[in-house]
Amino acid sequence: MECQECHQRPATLHFTQVINGNKTEVHVCEVCAKEKGYMTYPEEGYSLHNLLSGLFNFDTTQLKNHQGQAFKQEEELTCPKCKMTFTEFKSVGKFGCATCYETFSSRLDPILRRVHAGNTKHAGKIPKRQGGDLHTKKQLEDYKAELQHLIETEAFEEAAKVRDSINALKKQTGDPETGENS
Amino acid sequence: MTLQQFMNEAISPWMREEGPDSDIILSSRIRLARNLSDFTYPILEDQESLEEIRDFFEKEYEHQTFQDYEDFSFIPIHNLTGIERRVLVEKHLISPHLAKRGNAAAAMISKNEQVSVMINEEDHLRIQLYFPGYQLRSALDKAFEFDDWLEEKVNYAFDETKGYLTTCPTNVGTGMRASVMMHLPALTMTKQMNQLLPAINQLGLVVRGIYGEGSEALGNIFQISNQITLGKSEEDIVEDLKSVVDQLIQHERKIRSRMMEHSSLHLEDRIYRSYGVLGYSRVIESKEAAKCISNVRLGIDLGIIKDTPQNILSELMTLIQPGFLQQYAKRELTTKERDILRASLIRERLQLEK
Repeated sequence: MECQECHQRPATLHFTQVINGNKTEVHVCEVCAKEKGYMTYPEEGYSLHNLLSGLFNFDTTQLKNHQGQAFKQEEELTCPKCKMTFTEFKSVGKFGCATCYETFSSRLDPILRRVHAGNTKHAGKIPKRQGGDLHTKKQLEDYKAELQHLIETEAFEEAAKVRDSINALKKQTGDPETGENS
Repeated sequence: MTLQQFMNEAISPWMREEGPDSDIILSSRIRLARNLSDFTYPILEDQESLEEIRDFFEKEYEHQTFQDYEDFSFIPIHNLTGIERRVLVEKHLISPHLAKRGNAAAAMISKNEQVSVMINEEDHLRIQLYFPGYQLRSALDKAFEFDDWLEEKVNYAFDETKGYLTTCPTNVGTGMRASVMMHLPALTMTKQMNQLLPAINQLGLVVRGIYGEGSEALGNIFQISNQITLGKSEEDIVEDLKSVVDQLIQHERKIRSRMMEHSSLHLEDRIYRSYGVLGYSRVIESKEAAKCISNVRLGIDLGIIKDTPQNILSELMTLIQPGFLQQYAKRELTTKERDILRASLIRERLQLEK
């Protein structure tokens, strides 16, 4: 069986992930397991208390694998706004400002994945005033997910209504693509 | 005037209303973590930024009203004595972390104490909203409206893919912690709570004691909240929490009625003994008091004790805390003095002696 992440190396780790009651089978190679944040080193406990410090230890172990290459890169990651370095972030476990998220973005996903049960993308509220056209964009995404679900459950009449809403919304925002071929 | 009100009353005005499922759920809470995009976060302690934020909120929101949340008091933490800070923590109006923060930390609390905004805590803003009983969804809706109201005047640190950018990566995304305060005496008495805890944790929820992280479940009161803030909408997070809480409620009720069927005399005995201890003791430690309060509250919920209102128990849980006792006495008290005052205040509230 090949690794589901890199599709190159053979999967050597097989386990069942339970996230909020949903079971998923995971088959990955050791390299991806570490990179994607699926596993901790055996000497690290996986409890809520040392979760954060665990995350950051994990990153130092990655350094060894890259034979110092990653080390240089890490030194260069300094937030232009608050001057926090990635090393500092790792030891404190807190961001110094909003810009840090951008600065450290290339290294955040494994950490977020661990803390948030595999998730890396926000799916909730958008600020009312600042949000601007993100609101329509999100509405569109929600409709599409609903449509998909309705089609899967063969509720075609409902699905047609949702598709109409999608098209109306797209027309409203001047999107030329009308989604006829769904 | 209002600071005095916050200090003198052990029970918050919003707690006087009875909420749904109040035999088990004492309160529902939504907390939103927000930061302002143009300032460095409080952890960097840039005094100038923090003071600018504090002053802005004081200027814009002091004595303002939003819907039912009237006349916000603006309370700079450094103006408070140690005991006063403690009282606000015991009433859950501020966090222990905010109480320890320096100069620029402040709290903004509505007159009915239902909304409190902590300023310059770990994040620039921590908005908290309470509802009596089991009303997570209403609390969420109101929290959103309140959040929108604040956002009219400030720029939040928000990113399309990462959501609300919090100081700690454990809060990023929705920045939301939804929680309920549950009274689970029957599950605890029958030792079932210990078995349920790992299962609850596995579902991505956290169980804590009444005073948050690391505190024990004093008075059989448990706080249950979501752990994950990224990748799910606030509504879904609340639904997930509700599905577990619903089951706990059912379970607790089932055991309560089974106890009433099979061992009502022993249960009654236990409840009346506790009632007696609270009504007549002269010296009482907080642990014993909390245990007795829990039993009496169960007695009220089961209809065994009839003429004592339910919310007296919520009031007593705050009243017996060290900060509140010292605030009442208007001075610092030794442990022994506190145990004496605690006993006398409880007696006074229950008025069994005539």
